[in-house]
Amino acid sequence: MTRYIVRRLLQMVLTFFGATFVVYALMFANQDDPYQVLAGDRVVSDSQRAALNAQYHLDKGFFTQYWYYVKGLLTGDFGTSLTGRRIGDMLAEAWPITIKLTLLAIVISAVVAIAAGVFSAVRRGGIFDHVTLVLTLVVLAMPIVVLAPVAQLIFGVKLGWFPVTVTRDANLYQLLLPALVLGTLVVATELRVTRSSVAENLRADYVRTARAKGLSTRRVVGVHVLRNSLIPVITLIGVDLGVLMSGAIVTEGVFNIPGVGFNLFRGIRTEDGPVVVGFVSVLVIVFLVVNLIVDLLYAVLDPRIRYE
Amino acid sequence: MSDINAVTTAEAPGPAATRPADASSAKPRSLAGDAWRDLRRSKVFWIAAVLVAVILLMAVWPTLFTSADPANCQLANRHHPAGGGALFGYDFQGCNVYARTIYGARDSIFVAVVATLIAGVIGLTVGLVAGFYGRWADAVLSRFIDIVLGVPFLLAAIVLARRFTVHETDTGVLAVTLTLGLLGWTTAARVMRSAVITARNQDYVTAARMLGAGPGRLMFRHILPNAVGPFLVVLTLLLGINIAAEATLSYLGVGLQGDAISWGTSIAGNGPYVRVVAGPVVWPSIFLAVTVLAFIMLGDAVRDAFDPKRR
Amino acid sequence: MTDIKAEMDVLPGMDPRAHLLHVDELHVEFRTRDGVAKAVNGVNMWLRPGETLAVLGESGSGKSVTAQAIMGILDTPPAHVTGGRVLYRGVDLLKLSEADRRKVRANRIAMIFQDALSALNPVFTVGFQLAEMFRMHRGMSRRDAKARAIELLDQVRIPGARDRIHDYPHQFSGGMRQRVMIAMALALDPEILIADEPTTALDVTVQAQIMKLLAELQQQRNMGLILITHDMGVVADVADRISVMYAGRVVEEAPVHDIYSRPAHPYTKALLESIPRLDRKGRQLNVIPGLPPPLTDLPSGCSFHPRCAYAREICSRDEPPAYQIAPQRIASCHFVREVLGV
Repeated sequence: MTRYIVRRLLQMVLTFFGATFVVYALMFANQDDPYQVLAGDRVVSDSQRAALNAQYHLDKGFFTQYWYYVKGLLTGDFGTSLTGRRIGDMLAEAWPITIKLTLLAIVISAVVAIAAGVFSAVRRGGIFDHVTLVLTLVVLAMPIVVLAPVAQLIFGVKLGWFPVTVTRDANLYQLLLPALVLGTLVVATELRVTRSSVAENLRADYVRTARAKGLSTRRVVGVHVLRNSLIPVITLIGVDLGVLMSGAIVTEGVFNIPGVGFNLFRGIRTEDGPVVVGFVSVLVIVFLVVNLIVDLLYAVLDPRIRYE
Repeated sequence: MSDINAVTTAEAPGPAATRPADASSAKPRSLAGDAWRDLRRSKVFWIAAVLVAVILLMAVWPTLFTSADPANCQLANRHHPAGGGALFGYDFQGCNVYARTIYGARDSIFVAVVATLIAGVIGLTVGLVAGFYGRWADAVLSRFIDIVLGVPFLLAAIVLARRFTVHETDTGVLAVTLTLGLLGWTTAARVMRSAVITARNQDYVTAARMLGAGPGRLMFRHILPNAVGPFLVVLTLLLGINIAAEATLSYLGVGLQGDAISWGTSIAGNGPYVRVVAGPVVWPSIFLAVTVLAFIMLGDAVRDAFDPKRR
Repeated sequence: MTDIKAEMDVLPGMDPRAHLLHVDELHVEFRTRDGVAKAVNGVNMWLRPGETLAVLGESGSGKSVTAQAIMGILDTPPAHVTGGRVLYRGVDLLKLSEADRRKVRANRIAMIFQDALSALNPVFTVGFQLAEMFRMHRGMSRRDAKARAIELLDQVRIPGARDRIHDYPHQFSGGMRQRVMIAMALALDPEILIADEPTTALDVTVQAQIMKLLAELQQQRNMGLILITHDMGVVADVADRISVMYAGRVVEEAPVHDIYSRPAHPYTKALLESIPRLDRKGRQLNVIPGLPPPLTDLPSGCSFHPRCAYAREICSRDEPPAYQIAPQRIASCHFVREVLGV
């Protein structure tokens, strides 16, 4: 177990430097005028240039720049936006509601996906199975840019079931529609993975043993099969966080939720380079950390890995 | 935006995500034949194929479907209801929504197809090299794939698309195509790599090596034909994902812009007015969703056909 | 621990004087997309307390399917029991409700499987999987169940049982894993144990240890044992009687010594001639020509006739009846006398 954790940690350190390097290189490498990249179409004044120099050390060599950038990330200094706000403050303000939204989406999608996935696997070829398979196809085909505005239009504007926009101190009810939209992004794949994983495990030899032991179907499926089947599903939920982050940018934009995605969305729209780089970097770190946690959880769930 | 990793591993999770056809070892030639026979009998395949054909026709030859000029927008027509050549009415700039939706297929499809080709070539090369040479080549390339996967796709795309965009005059087609192509190859590479590793260890490949076949011949005559099935499935799904990704990037303002006509730009441009008139948002949305659906169905059908376990 | 057994005794029709187990004209078929596979076609079989019945046959002969039908753990679909009875102490198990059936499993009839690594759940400790029997069937507390699990591992002679209950199946050696399986099957003191190729996946030396352990445990408990195998060598030492199966039928049934000295069915005879024996050193081994028939398309008449040295016209036309050739001997062949040489 210790060896597994150490190896996984080392991997994460490598991926961290690799990923931040990629982000940074994509942003700045080989640019004729890095100031203009950060500032977009704006006219850059000399004082702004000086400020950007202080922040990004653009007058230094590339690796020095990268070094300062990583140092900033690790010490929690994410720089200042073109409008003069500290990005760290913006993040601190935006996090709570984004975490609420994402957690809600993860919980809703996981509960629906696992319940429906297990049910269609147990009743394979049944009506429920066929209907969910078609539904997952339809859901998979809905890009978030379609889903979010259409859901807002139908359930918020036309039917009036949910509030159309969300305030900063939103309650769960306000967040429900955006969370459903967000959860829809990942529910289909999670359901399909659950279904095929359960179906595969139902054919396993240990299921025959469990039945020979005189256990009820509920216990065979609910304990023996489920515990084995959840292993790939948990991993998938970790990977899905990346999808949810991407989805949150659009969803928060559409529903005016003042979270991390909304700030990033506005940063892109207003061409505020430091905001984009800062937020993207932080999201990448969160993604890496969550996937590390998921991998450790994986080891807890699968003893064959734990004792490797 | 769907995630390609999630989609392609949806039916076979875990380490064995891409178990290539076992049957391939016994009769390498008949696998493709079997798959094609299965495909021809699959309803899903035919529905998807017809949809894709219609969409491609739309992209190549839009005048078949409409005689209106999508660029002929008159503010006087703003939000006018359907009538005349405008089946779906007019949008906030007074453009013919039907014409723009038809013509929108062109850039959407172009970006997706070329980006998928780029991703395919990179994925094929990386996967082949990593799988065939193994050892340190595999270690380095696999780490590199991990790093690219360590950045969520859209976040990387946002940064990259900004990077490629030449301001003012550019419609962004090139920038978006390059962005999606350079980021989308990882799953293809992984699938290729594991397929090659499985194929490499088959007896008949060992036999060919014993008989003195060089690495080039081994790769292209013996290994590649058997690794190609799962690889094609990934590319088909990637097409659908790229179409959705282009729309998302355009919506965010880092994709197609300016004079470009695409479903994504239509949705983004008309988004703020969706409460006034829904049509200009809803119609391109439907076309977009149906196109993505067609490619996902195609990928599903092809995967089923290539999967010996399902026979 | 008598509560469940007492409850079982209330089952209608239960007769303690009846046969421990009597399988009567059992039919099982698998309905698949490629057609109907007739896996079991009228199997008859019986078992007394303390007795060992060996069921011998090639793979695909229906021996494992018969065992799973007795246990009631066939996957339906695709498997369907289409006829016959499985009588346990006079009660037809096939007619019981699923809840009653579950009480019979493990309590009365238990089963162990060939590959213990895949037959045990990989993500639960051995202790959990053993204790589960007591917790689910006896309503014991976790602690009591754990104590019983340790006792069981001791009984099957796993060293350091107290520590090893916290280990996972993959941490045991093949032989030790099979001991765990045996411990699990014996947990609730069943009257019948079905062992489906219990030693096939093991080394030869370990095989002998496991067979010895099974025999000892059987004697201690006066258990009926059905030993399913394709290995005639394993059978000779431990079995009291042998049922030879071919294409879903019992073609011959006899006490173990009679079958070795005077086989009454051409298939049994051919099987015996195909195993290497010391007293026949130097002679060529006979191989049965051809392959077992596909279950989706069984030959007419006697299923063995295409491979049979004695086959004549009647064999492809009429299914041979079961001839009683001695008090405990049955063989299904039109030419029993000729085979026996009388």
